[in-house]
Amino acid sequence: MNLFKFSSPQTFYPLAGRLAPLFWGLAAVLGAVGLYIGFFVAPTDFQQGDSYRIIFIHVPAAWMSMFLYLVMAVWAAVGLVLNTRLSSMMATALAPTGALMTFIALWTGSLWGRPTWGTWWVWDARLTSELILLFLYIGFMALHASIDEPRRADKAAAILAIVGVVNVPIIYFSVKWWNTLHQGSSVSLTKSPSMAATMLAGMLVMALAFWMYSIAAGLTRVRSIILERERNSAWAGAMQEN
Amino acid sequence: MNGSPLLAAFRRDVLQAWRRRADWLTTFFFFVIVVSLFPLGVGPEPEMLKTMAPGILWVAALLAAMLSLPRVYGTDYADGTLEQLVLAPQPLAMLVLAKTVAHWLLSGLPLALMAPVLGLQFGLEGEPLTVLFWSLLLGTPCLSFIGGVGAALTLGVRGGGVLVALLVLPLYIPVLIFGAGAVQAVATGTGAGGHLSLLGACLCIAAALSPWATSAALRVSLE
Amino acid sequence: MLQVRDLACMRGDALLFRKLEFDVEAGEVLWIEGSNGSGKTSLLRILSGLSPPEQGEVRWRGTALASARDALQADLLYLGHLNALKDDLSVAENLQFHSAIAGYDADAADIDNAIAAVGLTSRRDLPVRVLSQGQRRRAALARLWLASSRTLWILDEPFAALDVDSVDRLAALLADHVSAGRMAILTTHQEVALPAGRTRRLRLDAA
Repeated sequence: MNLFKFSSPQTFYPLAGRLAPLFWGLAAVLGAVGLYIGFFVAPTDFQQGDSYRIIFIHVPAAWMSMFLYLVMAVWAAVGLVLNTRLSSMMATALAPTGALMTFIALWTGSLWGRPTWGTWWVWDARLTSELILLFLYIGFMALHASIDEPRRADKAAAILAIVGVVNVPIIYFSVKWWNTLHQGSSVSLTKSPSMAATMLAGMLVMALAFWMYSIAAGLTRVRSIILERERNSAWAGAMQEN
Repeated sequence: MNGSPLLAAFRRDVLQAWRRRADWLTTFFFFVIVVSLFPLGVGPEPEMLKTMAPGILWVAALLAAMLSLPRVYGTDYADGTLEQLVLAPQPLAMLVLAKTVAHWLLSGLPLALMAPVLGLQFGLEGEPLTVLFWSLLLGTPCLSFIGGVGAALTLGVRGGGVLVALLVLPLYIPVLIFGAGAVQAVATGTGAGGHLSLLGACLCIAAALSPWATSAALRVSLE
Repeated sequence: MLQVRDLACMRGDALLFRKLEFDVEAGEVLWIEGSNGSGKTSLLRILSGLSPPEQGEVRWRGTALASARDALQADLLYLGHLNALKDDLSVAENLQFHSAIAGYDADAADIDNAIAAVGLTSRRDLPVRVLSQGQRRRAALARLWLASSRTLWILDEPFAALDVDSVDRLAALLADHVSAGRMAILTTHQEVALPAGRTRRLRLDAA
């Protein structure tokens, strides 16, 4: 059965195994530094007190959630057009991480909203777009999960991801338009008038930490996807015996 | 390119729907019933109903359009016609276009025609009622185009009917915002022109891109 | 005309066949045999361009199928194991639809002839819903009489559910088709008198 073109997942599997610990380590170190800056170095905000510190989680998670959707769609599209298995596997591996980031962004946004706006949820343009993004991630994963044949699942999910990418700017614009018509401008998390340099530094370090985490999680997950898909091939069988 | 294959695809869908009128009337009555449920749920306050009317009518139209989606390619998939459409010498996207237009004529247009009558029940009058009709006339084809992609992706998939809702409803959001927004804008006196133009832009994008995505999805579903 | 090289097909985790190689030339019938689940239908779907093979390639008139899809589709008639008939439309309406979609350029007289050839003239205007299983198959097969100009016929179990007369008529049509220099690839479980000297057999068995 080794006749099939398993070469790229086969060579990528050990490579991902070597790279993943590196990125996990980077994520841990950057996360520790970022949280230290966020909690101990950055000054207390004169308007919002200490509650604003959640932006060190919220903003990087929101950035990653959008960035990961794009990365996921690009991998899926490459897999669809060039018919490369590994690209589609990468897309599948990134989807849960992206959904997690979206969920964290929503959750922390809601936690921040309580002391700031006095309510757990506001139909603010950013939060609403983030919620819709979560739906898109869920749709991608649900479609992939409900098709048994992996290659067919990859292709169908890729088409959905591409349609989603075309739609995301339209959705974002429409939600913003809807929001300005209905409740005027909303309080923005990132455009605080007094964004101190240390705040910005903490946020960037945390963004890097989230980025490293996403790569590490993606690599680790793609390894198990490769093993699952290639379980019948000679090399994967040999690995399981060891 | 010869136009008659497209005409044939369109005519067959309409003819078949005509022989199966009950199927399509279900969608239509679903729309009417959902809209009528709202006053029972939120209370008969005329002022509140008037402000909620555009949203209610539009959300109900979204749900009704979605409900009719599995039928577009579902029977063709089950009886083997889809294989013939995919193998036909015509570009598949053109056949998809013809079938989408037929779907809109059967599911979207009746909603747009019925909506002003239901709007009267909610106390909408005059210009908002006209704008409601126009917004649905421009918006429901978008729903057919976008929904076609979801319908094609979920062919032969476990739990396809529920899954199609999950895939398609988030993509319907811009249409909902511009459509319901148009009626609200004219009701509050700001003019619906902007909303309707954006709705028209959505329709152009959907009509240009979705047949390609749908035909790619149809090919994948047959593999 | 049709060349198959190093073809492999998988269904789920199961390998159906591999290293399959054969040619079909003008004027030939290829009869694909094999037990249930040996991949006959999967092979026909790959040859018609509906599904991609796991490995290997199919060439039509010397060009790989990936880039010759339009050329193949203009030459192809594919009859699957599903009849592709709409229950609510009449036999004639169904055939008109297929003729328009596939571009057979058949007029009303051609369609009446095709219906007569499969012995359904008295059922011409009845909805397919009321036909028996065998009659439905014959209605689907009537497309062959409309598509006689198509170079390549790919037929999945065309003889199933047919009575003796219909089997003979179809076999005669196949003989005419290949003697005019065209080709057919088909599967069947029945022993059918296929054109002698022009029929090749290909046996698919579990790899």
